Amino acid sequence: MADGGTAAIWKVFIVLGIVTLAEVLLGIYRPEFLTVELFSGFISLLDFTFILLTLYKAYCIVWFFMHMKHEYSNLRLTITLPLYILIPYLIFILLVESTYVRDILGF
Amino acid sequence: MQTTTYTEVISTRALWGGGRRPLGVSYGKLMMWIFILSDALTFSGFLAAYGFSRFKFVHSWPEPDEVFSHVPLLGGGYPMIYVAFMTFVLIFSSVTMVLAVHAGHEMRKNKVVVYLFLTIIGGGVFLSSQAWEWYHFIKGEAGALQLNDGSIVHFVKPKGMRDGRAVYEKISLDALGGSSGRAVAHTLPELKRAFEASPGVQLRMADQTVLAHNRGDAVFAHAKAVVRGANLVKNEYGLPQFADFFFFITGFHGFHVFTGVILNVIVFLNVLLGTYEGRGHYEMVEKVGLYWHFVDLVWVFVFTFFYLI
Repeated sequence: MADGGTAAIWKVFIVLGIVTLAEVLLGIYRPEFLTVELFSGFISLLDFTFILLTLYKAYCIVWFFMHMKHEYSNLRLTITLPLYILIPYLIFILLVESTYVRDILGF
Repeated sequence: MQTTTYTEVISTRALWGGGRRPLGVSYGKLMMWIFILSDALTFSGFLAAYGFSRFKFVHSWPEPDEVFSHVPLLGGGYPMIYVAFMTFVLIFSSVTMVLAVHAGHEMRKNKVVVYLFLTIIGGGVFLSSQAWEWYHFIKGEAGALQLNDGSIVHFVKPKGMRDGRAVYEKISLDALGGSSGRAVAHTLPELKRAFEASPGVQLRMADQTVLAHNRGDAVFAHAKAVVRGANLVKNEYGLPQFADFFFFITGFHGFHVFTGVILNVIVFLNVLLGTYEGRGHYEMVEKVGLYWHFVDLVWVFVFTFFYLI
């Protein structure tokens, strides 16, 4: 490996550990200043933080543990581009349709 | 200004005859990536379906902290702790996997053996933890009352105030019945008697509104069944969809972990036999490693959407 020592691996592990620990502590204590609603009551700042931290963890795992960082950019795009396109599409569908169904059926 | 023209003549045979790696990885590794891509979309579909149900029933979805609060030897009341432990186990087994791959690059067989062994142990610990969690989820904790419309009613007591709102704690069906000791309520009349003998206990409806004790008669008039534990049809935590998604998504992920452990064991035995040493490279460890990291990756998302949010 080009930049191969095990020191980099342990560094990523420590980052993942700290992020997970932060998530767990936020999940247990749920500090009041993070319960603010965002996007006109759609999601709380706390949940938004959880999602951002999760995406950061996913980036660490795929880029460093799965060595995506060191692959050719055409492989990187072959694998990630469909996800970048389809996952936001799924999220769009689920958000729009679920709120629509809820409003229509009145849950 | 200098202009250089490169002309390269590549015969059709050289271009299409194989032996080239346009993406810079071997066929096996590329196919593992393609598989991971399709599997990632499968899990995205599951989580999107889960998100759909959760947003649709946003007012009556069960609170994860209240459902998953058990820790071995300590009992209930510790939300997040055990599932955090499971997450750390899986991340750590990912680290030992990277170290195994790294040792494979350096052709150090003994190190590969040690790190792969640790990875398998990590997978085993995770699977046992998940079995334990499923056991508690299925067995149930507090129990609940189901009404004719299928909705779930919990028995609660005020616990204090938080952020200007009253906070309640669930009361187990077994704790109802006042001083008569453990009143075991299996049938509706038994449960009604036990409830009437516990004046401090209130009722929390599916939409999280809490009714005073004296409204009990009106609620019990619509009662259908006593619910303990969880299955695919009904569960004591709330909406049936909640348990369905829990079983389906954590189950499908657990099946992936199980498959990963089996693959790891096969590769581990091959390392011991010296198969890859003879081949001259440890690429098989890398391929299985990719799958193993993917399993960890999925768990990161399951952890967030099932337990944190």
